[in-house]
Amino acid sequence: MEQLITFELTPKMRLDIDAWVNKFPPEKKSSAVIAALTIVQNQENWLSLAMMNAVADYLHMPQSAVYEVATFYSMYNLEPTGQYRIDVCTNVSCMLCGCDTIVAHLKERLNIGFGETTKDGRFTLKEVECLAACGGAPALQVDGQYHEHLTPEKVDAILARLEAKA
Amino acid sequence: MSTISLNEVCMRTLGLENPWSMASYEKIGGYKIWRKIVTEKTPPEQIIEQLKLANLRGRGGAGFPTGLKWSFMSRNTPGQKYVVCNSDEGEPGTFKDRDILRFNPHQVIEGMAIAGYVMGATIGYNYLRGEFIEPFERCEQALNEARAAGLIGKNILGTDLNFELHHFLGAGAYICGEETALLESLEGKKGFPRFKPPFPANYGLYGRPTNINNTESYASVPVILQKGGQWFLDLGVPNNGGTKIFCISGHVNKPGNYEIPLGTPFKTLLEMAGGVRGGKQLKAVIPGGSSVPILPGATMMQLNMDYDSISKAGSMLGSGGVICMDENTDMVKVLERIAYFYYEESCGQCTPCREGTGWLMRTIKRIVSGKGQMRDLELLISVSDNIMGRTICALGDAAAMPVLSFIKHFRSEFEAYIQNG
Repeated sequence: MEQLITFELTPKMRLDIDAWVNKFPPEKKSSAVIAALTIVQNQENWLSLAMMNAVADYLHMPQSAVYEVATFYSMYNLEPTGQYRIDVCTNVSCMLCGCDTIVAHLKERLNIGFGETTKDGRFTLKEVECLAACGGAPALQVDGQYHEHLTPEKVDAILARLEAKA
Repeated sequence: MSTISLNEVCMRTLGLENPWSMASYEKIGGYKIWRKIVTEKTPPEQIIEQLKLANLRGRGGAGFPTGLKWSFMSRNTPGQKYVVCNSDEGEPGTFKDRDILRFNPHQVIEGMAIAGYVMGATIGYNYLRGEFIEPFERCEQALNEARAAGLIGKNILGTDLNFELHHFLGAGAYICGEETALLESLEGKKGFPRFKPPFPANYGLYGRPTNINNTESYASVPVILQKGGQWFLDLGVPNNGGTKIFCISGHVNKPGNYEIPLGTPFKTLLEMAGGVRGGKQLKAVIPGGSSVPILPGATMMQLNMDYDSISKAGSMLGSGGVICMDENTDMVKVLERIAYFYYEESCGQCTPCREGTGWLMRTIKRIVSGKGQMRDLELLISVSDNIMGRTICALGDAAAMPVLSFIKHFRSEFEAYIQNG
């Protein structure tokens, strides 16, 4: 019965979305939908139906059009997700450079598999496709930052920093 | 290794302090050409002539001549026109645009402004993939600098010229690197490629005439105009003008971006990248991003890095993503990973690709798990053949070509998996 729960965009969200709306012709507000969903997700860590509906409302778009976008792009989380989503690349160059070791280390350290979230709600682990960082393989992205030439030690340092950040 | 010129075009700010800053960019002559064009009102035909002379070919993967593309869109068509930059870099093995955007964002801005001028487009969008947060911030910072200097915006340098530029962030979809899917995405939709024709030059963003180029293509333009089309042409080899950024990754000692003249022997590029890791033999190379056919290492060692040589050998220069594999690489597992990628990224619009990529992936997985049969190899070839040329966009071919080429060159490894279970 999630549809019954309403979500209201915060004034800050509206302001941020407006900045994107202004990049497009006045009658093409829907061009801002990708950014709008990102803005909401950056705050809430995921996108519920109510959040998508709020975006649809704000941009005068049919709700179905917003769902279509939210379900198409891989950076959107359609279920509750940890505070930090760790995106590990396992594509060819990372595979050739030993991403298996990195993945195994992350799974062991966090005690979760791909697509799962730690019990404390802090980390979600996700396998992603090529991040365009093959020169620094193996690579991952978390908290908007790329980390390259990964080793288990580097992974530990990244986790420690994020844990301290809370 | 003789004197190979390095980083002369898109990477030319590297080595300067804060290479992404306007101060650094202007130190190497940045925006000089834009200022000249704006104040002298250079005839657009002259600019296109220089690009044609330079023989600049599209750096996103297709290699279509940029000058020719720019001549398709008439400056005199009434109404709003757009220039769009494709920075949705996602072709596995490719990581050059990310570095251009991070280290030389002004050159992309200048290239797009010139394109807008030539084609009479007063608005530009640079579409960056959603993961490119650091490059996005660098680009925004550069755009603010350019605006403050009166180089972008209304009444550029006090003239009647206007050019507004915006940066866009995607949200994760390989398919949006396909130019018409990118336009759909810019319009706030899922990235379903459009039928062509009509081509974007006639019916592009919001149905208006639109020119789309790759980041590296736009970034090459200011240097070509500054130093002349002939200078650029002479850097490369006939029909393959200029330099190209090669992203070399995989089993090499010094992976990274190397901007070198087209026509440079692969052997030289491999030497620049420190050779194969651990002194091992080179088994195979994907020369232009994961979508292009793989070639045996011995074949690659005889080739030059230009469109024509690689094409003659049965592959493509593509995006310039050069993935190297050493003698110990399990080719069946590499293909399994590639097949998974196309299955995952197929947008689902065309049946042959949506169903075929899943079929390919499941069949290869079956072989890897030891349950494959000899007829599976023929099945893989048949499914690939039935995807090729039967989809709206090139992703179908991109999924099929690796399968066909891996089986062609490394068939015995697939057979070994099947025979030994």
